[in-house]
Amino acid sequence: MSSGNLNSETITGKRLLRLRVNGELHEVAGHVTHSLLEVLREELGLTGTKHGCELGECGTCTVLVDGEPIYSCLMLAVEAEAAEIATVEGLAQGGRPHPLQRAFSDLSAAQCGYCIPGILLAAKALLDKTPDPTRPEIEEALSGNLCRCTGYTKIIESVEQAVSEMNGSHE
Amino acid sequence: MSRDGEKNGFSVIGKPLPRIDGPAKCAGDTRYADDIVMPRMLFSRLLRSPHPHALVHGVSARRALELPGVHAVITGEDVPTKFGIMPSTQDEEALAVDKVRYVGDPVAAVAAVSEDVAEEALRLIDVDYQVLDPILSIEGALEAEDHRIHTWNRRANIQKAVSFEFGEVEAGFEEADEVFEGTYFFQGNTHLPMEQYCALATCTPDGKLTLWSSTQTPHYVHRALSRVLDRPMGHIRVVATPVGGGFGGKSDPFSHEIAVAKLAMITGRPVKITLNREESFYVHRGRHPVKMWMRTGVKRDGTLKAMWFRSFLDGGGYSSYGLATVYYTGALQTVTYDLPAYKFEGVRVFTNKPPCGPKRGHGTPQPRFAMEVQLDEIADKLGLDPVELRLKQVVEPNTVTVNGLRVSTIGLRECIEKVAASSGWKEKHRLLPPGHGVGFAASSYISGAGLPIYWNDMPHSGVQLRADRGGGVTVFCGSTEIGQGSDSILAFAVAEELGLRPEDVRVVTADTDLTPVDLGSYSSRVTVMTGNAAIQACGNLKERLFEVASEVLEVPADDLEMEDGRVRSRSLPDRGLVFAECVERAETRFGTLGATGSYRPPRHPGDYKGAGVGPTPAYSYSAAVVELHCDGETGEIRIDKVWIAHDCGRAFNPLWVQGQVEGSVYMALGEVLMEEQVFRKSGVHKIPSILEYKSPTTLETPPIETILVETDDPEGPFGAKEAGQGPLLPVIPAVSNAVYDAVGVRIREIPVTPDKILRALDQRLKDPTVPAFEFPTPIRWAPGQGVEVPQKS
Repeated sequence: MSSGNLNSETITGKRLLRLRVNGELHEVAGHVTHSLLEVLREELGLTGTKHGCELGECGTCTVLVDGEPIYSCLMLAVEAEAAEIATVEGLAQGGRPHPLQRAFSDLSAAQCGYCIPGILLAAKALLDKTPDPTRPEIEEALSGNLCRCTGYTKIIESVEQAVSEMNGSHE
Repeated sequence: MSRDGEKNGFSVIGKPLPRIDGPAKCAGDTRYADDIVMPRMLFSRLLRSPHPHALVHGVSARRALELPGVHAVITGEDVPTKFGIMPSTQDEEALAVDKVRYVGDPVAAVAAVSEDVAEEALRLIDVDYQVLDPILSIEGALEAEDHRIHTWNRRANIQKAVSFEFGEVEAGFEEADEVFEGTYFFQGNTHLPMEQYCALATCTPDGKLTLWSSTQTPHYVHRALSRVLDRPMGHIRVVATPVGGGFGGKSDPFSHEIAVAKLAMITGRPVKITLNREESFYVHRGRHPVKMWMRTGVKRDGTLKAMWFRSFLDGGGYSSYGLATVYYTGALQTVTYDLPAYKFEGVRVFTNKPPCGPKRGHGTPQPRFAMEVQLDEIADKLGLDPVELRLKQVVEPNTVTVNGLRVSTIGLRECIEKVAASSGWKEKHRLLPPGHGVGFAASSYISGAGLPIYWNDMPHSGVQLRADRGGGVTVFCGSTEIGQGSDSILAFAVAEELGLRPEDVRVVTADTDLTPVDLGSYSSRVTVMTGNAAIQACGNLKERLFEVASEVLEVPADDLEMEDGRVRSRSLPDRGLVFAECVERAETRFGTLGATGSYRPPRHPGDYKGAGVGPTPAYSYSAAVVELHCDGETGEIRIDKVWIAHDCGRAFNPLWVQGQVEGSVYMALGEVLMEEQVFRKSGVHKIPSILEYKSPTTLETPPIETILVETDDPEGPFGAKEAGQGPLLPVIPAVSNAVYDAVGVRIREIPVTPDKILRALDQRLKDPTVPAFEFPTPIRWAPGQGVEVPQKS
């Protein structure tokens, strides 16, 4: 939120940010006061990351910063300069969707779909650390992401389906 | 509409295949309204009233316009024409002209180079308010006879009062062995879609306007823009972007949509507005708080003889859908159990709070809560099993109810039996250990409103189908994808009819320039209406395809079918044409290939004033059992499991129907356990944030066992009825009934919070109250009668 002199905001408020997102290094001018969410969406065009409150209350804007799920509305972009940032756009590898993406799609777990990018990343963070989670572990890991459409049922089942696919393919 | 018997089974209907929009939604590739960016785009913010009730003597934008980066400021004078979703209650202004009616009512709109500058400009707009006393309760609205929120309505602060008497009500109560009475309160709550409201407008140099908006009803927004901006509808295009959750909250034309359109016209630049979360609590049009009184007369064996129901709706500052809502609180009590006599009186009042409107179940969850809790009380007092009490009087198929509603298929009996069996009801009810309980309730909902919102005889839904010489098929329809799966419904209906794969059908929807009108994603109407329109369009296309195929294959046209991407003979299956070749031949013969289809609901038997609310092509039915435990020390409730059976006609796609049912159960649990819109005495919303407005997370959502019951409705496409709203209804009373089973206290209001349970255990929880009110003289009607009685409210 701006205050005071407009010129100081528009001319001196921006600085060069270096952000590594989905393995790609970006140099972009951004406001030091702007959140990682704003810079991802508005400066880098990565609109796959959504927003539901911009106050850290809904989990919709979840991205991974060094593998940890964070609410990108609560982190300043300047704080993420040295980190590896992962957004939903980086989940697919070589044109192939991540098993989580496939499972969510196959079970029609995305209804309106607005919370799904954040949930996929929260789920990925879980599976990266806990490849074979229990249902309570899944519920705990996703408890910071609100979804108003699904009652979470198909979402949790999709995570479980992705787990069995991922673990099956390792054998 | 049943199929013409050309195939025995279905190829894609009824199978657990994925939605067509899943891959994009899971890739973050779906473009919601706020994801759209345009060159030279400006950003808008709205100045909102800090007062719940005030006269606006003047608005000065002079200082704001001097701020560098501000391109335009508009006020009520720039958009003074009133509008509103219902034609007879157009009482909204895009920006207040002379009065504000709730905290958050928009007063001015800014377009600036950034959101930050626009926000700063709001602080430089000077508004001369004369603050008035706010009216914040139903009782306050009824008492304040000399203090009005609106002036257009006849009786002070009463938007609408209605009264009906169906059948011999007095005689019914006289025949009853026992008469039960109770008062109930259903607190208001909000939809809380994860996507905030957002709209973007452009006005090109030729004067043509385009609005992209997160709306469930682009057609009604189209009409409202034309009216308020005084431009022909042909010069305005409205596109509903994929909606990030609606649940009824994005069904009205809104101030922010009109404001950005006007600002785009003034500035000649694209203008976008995204409301913040706090604003979304004010704009919402959510569930009405309703106070209720219900009297039911029964025989000793539980047979219903008569019911008298009164509802008092706290409408907020404007009419919105309220006219329909007040009728809906009285309409559907008759379609579940035989009810020979029924009296309904309802009133919706204005208060200085954000206006309420339709939320999932629109006006019917409140009375269903009262009714199903009262039936549980009746069963308890009469020593009957609540499940048996319902089973003995389920409405028969093909009945006309006492208030003139035509019930075609009804799977309620099967729903009740299945949900009771799978939950182990008989082994649990009154038999679980202290603190543990089960509760039961059943319900019904419409599969689409029988009448359009504005009076006309045109189709409710239209579909155009285009087949090109490469074999491509595109279906165009005005329907709006709000997450319920309406785009996928179209793709699957067309794929089924034309023997194609769903992924080979392109879907273009919700664009008033490109797609024929569909009235919108409300009243659970979309699958039934667009599905039927799509089937009809396919039938028209097939006539021409079959004509050429019949000649080429040398078989009669009535021997042809479409299957596996081919047009082929049924009797000689190796004789066939691939679809693309057939299309090519048909285009050669007939020219460009297109076909249309449309759908209008059947006429309904009720012909009294007010009979327009309640009829539908088909009623869905639901029954639920909730098992929970309740801590007597803290009052805390944990839901252990919900079993729900839903009569969806046919499971168009079992995965999607389950998804709708599971989401409905979840939303019901939020409403019954924690969600409420509450206001301070100053009229300020107490908790306009997601942190404070509690809603269930994964940790509060229990296992949900969904049972789908199929009744193959003759009016539904492939037999399908609705699934997106009805399953919410039984869960709310079932929780209250389960609390009674667990700890022996009746909570006749929602949300059922720990403090209420503790007070009830202490016998300190008072029953809800209803105000004294003189309802109009009732309209008397019974099936077979057809006299319209004039009524004024």
